[in-house]
Amino acid sequence: MTDHDDGASRRKVLECMTWVGTGVLWTISGGVPHSLGLIDQALAADAKGLTFLHISDSHIGFDKPANPNAKGTLEEAIERIKAIPTKPAFMIHTGDITHLSKESEFDDAEKIISQAKLDVHYVPGEHDIIDPDIKIYKDRYGRGTKGSGYYSFDANGVHFMGLVNVADLKGGGMGSLGDEQLEWIEDDLKGRSASTPIVVFAHIPLWTVYPQWGWGTEDSSRALAYMKRFGSVTVLNGHIHQVMQKVEGNVTFHTARSTAFPQPAPGSAPSAGPMKVPEDKLRTLLGTASVTFKPGQQRLAIIDTPLS
Amino acid sequence: MTFARTLPLGGIILLVAVALVTSPVRAADTEVKIDNFTFNPQQITIKADTTVVWTNGDDIPHMIASKTGIFKSKALDTDDKFSFTFATPGTYPYFCALHPHMTGTIVVEASEGK
Repeated sequence: MTDHDDGASRRKVLECMTWVGTGVLWTISGGVPHSLGLIDQALAADAKGLTFLHISDSHIGFDKPANPNAKGTLEEAIERIKAIPTKPAFMIHTGDITHLSKESEFDDAEKIISQAKLDVHYVPGEHDIIDPDIKIYKDRYGRGTKGSGYYSFDANGVHFMGLVNVADLKGGGMGSLGDEQLEWIEDDLKGRSASTPIVVFAHIPLWTVYPQWGWGTEDSSRALAYMKRFGSVTVLNGHIHQVMQKVEGNVTFHTARSTAFPQPAPGSAPSAGPMKVPEDKLRTLLGTASVTFKPGQQRLAIIDTPLS
Repeated sequence: MTFARTLPLGGIILLVAVALVTSPVRAADTEVKIDNFTFNPQQITIKADTTVVWTNGDDIPHMIASKTGIFKSKALDTDDKFSFTFATPGTYPYFCALHPHMTGTIVVEASEGK
């Protein structure tokens, strides 16, 4: 095992992949997640380590032409997750659980998602905190969280940070983390070894995908600055209802599909919003993702030990 | 004597009908339509005491919020409306609290006789 090829391996990763259905399996090598292709292929390989699922944008309550049955497609996604032979450690949901923050919508989402029988770590989307005091979301998912619902936890040596960039938004801007949360991020990372893999998840992309549509987080550069010294940072988002990826230095950005409806590619339509596609195409544009870390390969530690 | 007992049924229907006709929309109202994540018109100038009515034409909810906090709607689902009456001349920038890149401005001028 050498560390000479770490830079190269970091750069060759994460080419855009097309996949349909449940998800893509990821592994860590050289501190950077690599796609192993579709789940079935990946499971044929050694599947030790940590596997978790990423779902997003279920929009329960949505009933417009782009998908009159958002409940049904979430059910299908959960059925696919249940059918994965190796049980994932947990699931993250990057927000827009509901369409209008109604109690009944949260109830329906909970009923369906709980069928997966996995712990679910949520962060809210703007559709989940429409009620004035964010009470409904916080009562259900906000226990032990700070501010509008941000928190961190550890699993298999990976540090996970669930962030909220949809609260208290300012006119003319995009997503926002806010000073209080940014200070917490700095504090939360303090004292952690630079070799700790960091996984950040939040609703709106933490990189600027398309500012004309508000697809970005205006103060995310401050958050990412606190993560600079870490060798492996993976940022998982939703909101844009399509897969997009980018690698920038030590940071890998990835957005997940929605389980409810697709949105147009940036700039390809007059605006963002639910995109009506032929019925037989809809399910090719919805889905979930699966993320696997393989610390067993141990190259992680090599690349992540900075400091000469 | 109680009102309900002595009022003929036809009278009740008439009262309800009058309420429906007179309450929701006055002639002076100004419309702002939301389509494709845009306020149309994005800027309008109105006389004081005019009511502005926003209507959401998108399949995604929007929420009208004054930048200075003087008005804020609930989430407007498709075809929902929100109205606010501007009594005082001035410039009122606003945005969508769910999609803050959506912005608009209401300019209110003094009405004649004021």
